[in-house]
Amino acid sequence: MTHPPYLYPGYKSTVLRAPARELVMPKLGPDSVELTSPVFGHQELGRLDADLTKQHAGEPMGERIIVTGRVLDASGRPVRGTLVEIWQANACGRYVHLGDQHPAPLDPNFTGAGRCLTDDEGRYRFVTIKPGAYPWRNHPNAWRPAHIHFSVFGTAFTQRLVTQMYFPGDPLFAYDPMMLSIPEQEHRDLLVARLDMDTTEPEWALGYQWDIVLGDTPMED
Amino acid sequence: MPDNGLLPTPSQTVGPFFHYALPYAGGPEVVPAWRPEAITVRGRVLDGAGAPVGDALVEIWQADGTGAVPARPGGYKRAGHGFSGFGRCETDAAGAYWFSTLKPAGIGAGAPYIAVLVFARGLLKPVRTRLYFPEDAAAHGTDPLLAEVPADRRGTLIAEREEDGAYRFDVRLQGERETVFFAI
Repeated sequence: MTHPPYLYPGYKSTVLRAPARELVMPKLGPDSVELTSPVFGHQELGRLDADLTKQHAGEPMGERIIVTGRVLDASGRPVRGTLVEIWQANACGRYVHLGDQHPAPLDPNFTGAGRCLTDDEGRYRFVTIKPGAYPWRNHPNAWRPAHIHFSVFGTAFTQRLVTQMYFPGDPLFAYDPMMLSIPEQEHRDLLVARLDMDTTEPEWALGYQWDIVLGDTPMED
Repeated sequence: MPDNGLLPTPSQTVGPFFHYALPYAGGPEVVPAWRPEAITVRGRVLDGAGAPVGDALVEIWQADGTGAVPARPGGYKRAGHGFSGFGRCETDAAGAYWFSTLKPAGIGAGAPYIAVLVFARGLLKPVRTRLYFPEDAAAHGTDPLLAEVPADRRGTLIAEREEDGAYRFDVRLQGERETVFFAI
């Protein structure tokens, strides 16, 4: 299992929120509703939902990037037409959220929320700006490495995944309880995107590739 | 394990800043509340000290009144008559959430239930549970999943009927009467 445990005291908010009892693991797995997933359609999304640099009158400040990759199941098959939602801080590390009041500027041209559906190859693609690192109050001098939050549905409710994508070589990894909550280094690396010159567009935007693998699809007929 | 051994992408917390991205208009209305057969589900998410979890995101997924699970698009935008089967509601400062939905029918030998997922700051991965209905006590006896839950903890999965007819389902993440969570 690649997931972090519920309880990781280095991330203080887990202490009172992590379930303490053992999870119930049904011998036969889920039997009905959880084997399926909500389905979303193109008509439910906005035209500019996947380009976070075009959602306002002007262009956001920061380093323009393309973030793309495939959503796959554990057997490597593409997960088609599934909803991918993202949210992130702006280039200065500030979120458009009342709960983020640290003294970094907001950008009137950047909200930082996007959505898209994967295509027939399971591919998602966003244009955005590279988010900044930001401080939080977990411990003295705590800073989150730059990241983009991802929410993915998949083909079964059991596959529902919310996670974070990081950028390669960030020196803050070694200090980040979120990253360190994942026990194995090899598994932490699964959250780090790869700079890809084939995705990069000359004179325009750096490109990053990051594939998302959803847990085992429950037994199929 | 699959043959080619692809490792699942690890989960990370939803964090405290999802509110401008994930909730959407009508998210808690799986069906409009004016529908005569609509039911209200409400409750609170509480931490191990009994304090409200004011920054959780609750999602539900369920069958309709005939036991059919929606297989067509409509999770975000549904016509007034539509039933999406999916609902999303952020908790307020009191830890409270609500949904307007339909009472599902049971499927096969199972009792009627609503699948519930809770995300929150401090949850490195979501908790997964189920809401069962108090009036279905007979069906609970034959439900294959409830059968695997220790008898003294089954009550945490059964909603309570309130005076106004709504179903109350509190999610206790930890501590006394901790809700049963599933590894599914």
